[in-house]
Amino acid sequence: MAKNKGFNIRRQTGFTTIALVCFGMLYLPIVLLVTYSFNSGTSIAIWEGFSWRWYQSAWANEQVQEATVRSLVLAFWASLTATTCAVLAALATTRTRKFKGQSAVFAMINQPLMVPEIVTAVALLILFAMIKVATGYSGLLYLVVAHSAFCIPFAYLPIRARLQGMDLSLEQAAADLYATPFQVFRRVTLPQLWPGILAGAMLAFVISLDDVVITEFVKSAGQDTLPTYMLGQLRRVITPEVNAISTVLVAISVTMVVAFTLLSKIKN
Amino acid sequence: MALADASLEIADNEFFTLLGPSGCGKTTLLRMIAGFESPTSGTLEMFGENIVDLPPHKRPVNTVFQSYALFPHLTVAQNISFGLEMLGKPKDEIKATVDEMMELVQMTAMADRQTSQISGGQQQRVALARALAPKPKVLLLDEPLSALDFKLRKEMQLELKRLQTETGITFIFVTHDQEEALTMSDRIAVMSAGSIRQIGGPRDIYDHPAERFVADFIGDTNFLEAELVSATGQTAEVRLSSGKTTMARAQEGTEGKGMVTLAIRPEHASLSGEGEGILAGTLDNIVYFGTDTHYHVALDDGTAFVLRQQNTPDAASQFEKGSRVGVKFGADVAQVLRD
Repeated sequence: MAKNKGFNIRRQTGFTTIALVCFGMLYLPIVLLVTYSFNSGTSIAIWEGFSWRWYQSAWANEQVQEATVRSLVLAFWASLTATTCAVLAALATTRTRKFKGQSAVFAMINQPLMVPEIVTAVALLILFAMIKVATGYSGLLYLVVAHSAFCIPFAYLPIRARLQGMDLSLEQAAADLYATPFQVFRRVTLPQLWPGILAGAMLAFVISLDDVVITEFVKSAGQDTLPTYMLGQLRRVITPEVNAISTVLVAISVTMVVAFTLLSKIKN
Repeated sequence: MALADASLEIADNEFFTLLGPSGCGKTTLLRMIAGFESPTSGTLEMFGENIVDLPPHKRPVNTVFQSYALFPHLTVAQNISFGLEMLGKPKDEIKATVDEMMELVQMTAMADRQTSQISGGQQQRVALARALAPKPKVLLLDEPLSALDFKLRKEMQLELKRLQTETGITFIFVTHDQEEALTMSDRIAVMSAGSIRQIGGPRDIYDHPAERFVADFIGDTNFLEAELVSATGQTAEVRLSSGKTTMARAQEGTEGKGMVTLAIRPEHASLSGEGEGILAGTLDNIVYFGTDTHYHVALDDGTAFVLRQQNTPDAASQFEKGSRVGVKFGADVAQVLRD
């Protein structure tokens, strides 16, 4: 009998070309953006030589400083809240007896992945406007609540995956050895779940850091985050300063995503 | 679910085995005793106390899981001390008990190892020590030896029996391995399709199976159709297909007439010359097995009948393939099976 070599997509005509085109489309814009962040001139399209001036100017820009701090504070609280909710939701959907409407609950938790962001943004704008009128409060809390909400599914999915991959008999063994349900969670579930929790939190952090649409609608005057500040800048003058900020954001995101991937791979 | 109707009582200090093929409900029954599953109806009593509504952590039983379920983030010693810590025992008592347990299962040298750094047999012993450390009244064992290789399994069988005798704890052991059940148990419950078919000591179950399933599942058996002539108490008179009658053992309460099935173990019958014995047939095949020889006889009514005879150094078989032979067995050997 002839040896069955199986199907190998790499032998298809044009495979390498298509792959290269795809990678080019994905990374060429980013490579250009990063390159021009080091431009010594004021143009984002004409290369005039290497310099750090736009990084220095961004660093010294008070608006950028303010927006950066706000972005980080917001991402911290949003990811903390979202991760807490996500852990509870993941436990409730994997560690209870199967209940009626379990898949409906699953869909509801992941609602932010399905409802168009612009719709959520408008809805939040209306809701928060009502609350603002009623209470007079116009602080950062609105953004924290909004970000927490759409970050939940991003934190939930990796945590749930981790819980589902865990050996249930470990928790049963703990219960069998006289551990109360809380002790089971504290002593057996949590020590194995933490890579999932960290991964979920990091993903939520990056998602919050990156958000434009909802933030743009919900923020009050003077509450620019880094992305909305950049958007505002683009409407006026475009200098490589935006490139420099973007490059830093890319670096943070890549670091986080790499950390996320490594954490997801930690075995028990 | 997997359990239809099961009712049994287990005595103190007993090595009790639930034996049956996979899917017979033996593990479900064990998990109900542990508290991981709750029965839809019925009760569960331990030392006269109804425990059916108690959650697992409030039951005075510990389990050795089939997968061992050792905590991967804890060391060997930490695994063993887990139950004691949960019970809130004082520190020095925990340490003393853990040391004692590691001694008992010969794991003292491995105390600080991670559970992933020890072999399967060692993991098994740690799982055992972890379950024994809180000194439960009942120890549940869910096929704990099935992941071990043959030699280690044999060793652990004796080891488990020794531990049970030494500690005086009631063991409830689940297995599908009939040999394991026969060698270790004080009593065995044979299960099939969610119910208990027969409960008895190993000899009882082997020599006097109550029904066809039990006779077939444990060891090899010859089944013969026979006619019930009369029955009183545990004795019955049956007429075989050869026309001859013989005495057989029957369940208490067997009565009436009609066709019944007899079970006869291959080693309980012997070959004889033509015209002797109570059955006649042709010797179809002789299979040599080292310790013993199997004789396959085609009885005159068409039934296949296997005899097993131990080999001795001197005697070569006096029977030849294809020859006419008789089969004989004693009065107490044939067992009348329940329908």
